[in-house]
Amino acid sequence: MKNNLLFRWTLISLFLLTFGTTSIIQAADTIKIGIAGAHTGDLASYGLPTVKAAELIAKNVNAKGGILGKKIQLLVEDEACKPELATNVATKLVSAKANAVIGHICSGATKAALRTYKDAGIIVISPSATSPELSLSGQYPNFHRTIAPDDTQARLVADFALKTLKLKKIAVIHDKGDYGKGFAEYAKIFIEESKDAKIVLYEGITPGAVDYSAIVQKIKYSGADAIVYGGYHPEAASIVQLMRKRNMKTTFISDDGVKDQMFIKVAAAAAEGVYASGPKDTTKNPLAIAAIAEHTKAYGIEPGSFYLNAYSAMLAIVNAIDKAKSTEYKAVHKALRTHSIDTPLGKIKFNDRGDAIGVGFSMYQVRKGVYVELKQD
Amino acid sequence: MNYFWDLFLGGLTRGSIYALIALGYTMVYGILQLINFAHGEIYMIGAFTALIVASMLTMQGLTGLSVLILATLVAVLYAAAYGFTVEKIAYKPLRQASRLSPLISAIGMSIFLQNYVMLAQTSDFLPFPNLLPQSNFLDSISSVIGPSDFIIIATSTVVMIALTALLKFTKMGKAMRATAQDQTMAMLTGVNVNRVISRTFIIGSALAAVGGILIASHVGRINFYIGFNAGIKAFTAAVLGGIGSIPGAVLGGLVLGLAESFGTGYISSDYESVFAFALLILILIFKPDGILGRSSQQKV
Repeated sequence: MKNNLLFRWTLISLFLLTFGTTSIIQAADTIKIGIAGAHTGDLASYGLPTVKAAELIAKNVNAKGGILGKKIQLLVEDEACKPELATNVATKLVSAKANAVIGHICSGATKAALRTYKDAGIIVISPSATSPELSLSGQYPNFHRTIAPDDTQARLVADFALKTLKLKKIAVIHDKGDYGKGFAEYAKIFIEESKDAKIVLYEGITPGAVDYSAIVQKIKYSGADAIVYGGYHPEAASIVQLMRKRNMKTTFISDDGVKDQMFIKVAAAAAEGVYASGPKDTTKNPLAIAAIAEHTKAYGIEPGSFYLNAYSAMLAIVNAIDKAKSTEYKAVHKALRTHSIDTPLGKIKFNDRGDAIGVGFSMYQVRKGVYVELKQD
Repeated sequence: MNYFWDLFLGGLTRGSIYALIALGYTMVYGILQLINFAHGEIYMIGAFTALIVASMLTMQGLTGLSVLILATLVAVLYAAAYGFTVEKIAYKPLRQASRLSPLISAIGMSIFLQNYVMLAQTSDFLPFPNLLPQSNFLDSISSVIGPSDFIIIATSTVVMIALTALLKFTKMGKAMRATAQDQTMAMLTGVNVNRVISRTFIIGSALAAVGGILIASHVGRINFYIGFNAGIKAFTAAVLGGIGSIPGAVLGGLVLGLAESFGTGYISSDYESVFAFALLILILIFKPDGILGRSSQQKV
């Protein structure tokens, strides 16, 4: 009983403490940018790099005199990727009169917070929320992101299979996992919509099963020209090997889960010619190299997940406010769509849905034991 | 018809592997009434050893059949040594304990071996070379049956016949059967029960290693976790056929493999494991002791 009381008091005092530290609002006229995401908890590693990216850019911009003559002030808020906390954070940022928000990190939390921002007329740019419905539904015109939504990968693969390879009969196989099945479902929808090809087989396999001969036989007898596989590399490697052992020449196309050097190592000769989609190569982009060097210099370590996406999101919002010469919603909203900017992810601007054009995936093919990015228009 | 035949062979191949592993479960159960959960790990260790030996031999410039035979030999010996040691460490001290204690010990051993291989080797998947030989003879039958399917089915058949002969016609086999029937009585008639138990583990582990090598070269990849799924399926096969019965394990393995293959082929691979376990439940409802299991009176 006593313990319980103590626990409650600790909670309450902790609660008061967090409130006390974050609600200090400066009186000076600044441009306030909210940075919302997971900064504590299991998923903190996804959210913290965004804070670092925002800090670095704010420091650079402020050193040059800020934008529109005002300094950037960051309002960093933690919601641990929990939707219920995300709405609180959103309300807080709205009452703190944030001009724009970089975040949130997780799709669920982003969705929960978006309505509050929309009602208040605040632009949101997420560096990492990939759920397609955030931009597809059209409910949230204030939402933007500098990462490709999950369905773009499937769209790219479907277009590649239909237009570049001109395939007619496709078997869609997945590993029943969230990632693989999600990809396969979208790929199936896009292929069916196009009516250029027929889905001859749509099935899930069990990851880690002893043998995949039966499904390989089934693919063989389905008469498919190609397999679109949603899942990860271990199962893909087995299936490709079993197919090549049976002298099946069926084209194998897969996703980012297979675009892994381990796939080539395990499948060896059978991997040759396999197609997979993966994020566009940014390692040669000088801005990306500079952004990473900046982080390493400032914090002494390599940046974490979504750092470049957050860096680009921050650059985009700063640029849009600068070009719009205002922080007013409509002007910034328009500027994000009309003015492109060079970022570590390449030259980007946003489309009507709020997805960044120029950010996304490329097709790769295994050639002589390495994945080679295929150039396309 | 062709499709049916291909699925049938695929099921037979998979079933033979299940049967090879299931034999180890069923033999140990027959003698000790213990479910040796570490058995799947012995299968994995067999495959891993074969991989290591095969890569070493290939680096020495050896090729073809000699690599397969040497790698299999070393792997079988190694796995047998593991089986022997596991019994001595984890089960023998608990021989007089209640039936639950060795079961917990077996689960612990399984987790230990998995993590040991993960730390000592790698947590990544590794490519497994195709050790099964490619010869002209096999090419000529490849229209009827895949070369690796043929080798797997043939090898398992030979191994299983050899095991049956061993149990039926040798003194050791007789001692094993006696121990399985009644341990105390066997001891009274002069059978060295401890030695029989050790041998059972050695034979079971050797069979699992053979299964591991065959399936790993068929599927082409391996990691520290492959023993878990294979172990569960083989255990299911053993129960399906009637745990404790040698022909039951073989039959159970084949039935399970065929059910999975036809289920995938004619219905959907989404439900592969559902077919396997639905079949198990059905058979246990109508024959609680498995297909070939003898009903045993539980002493109260």
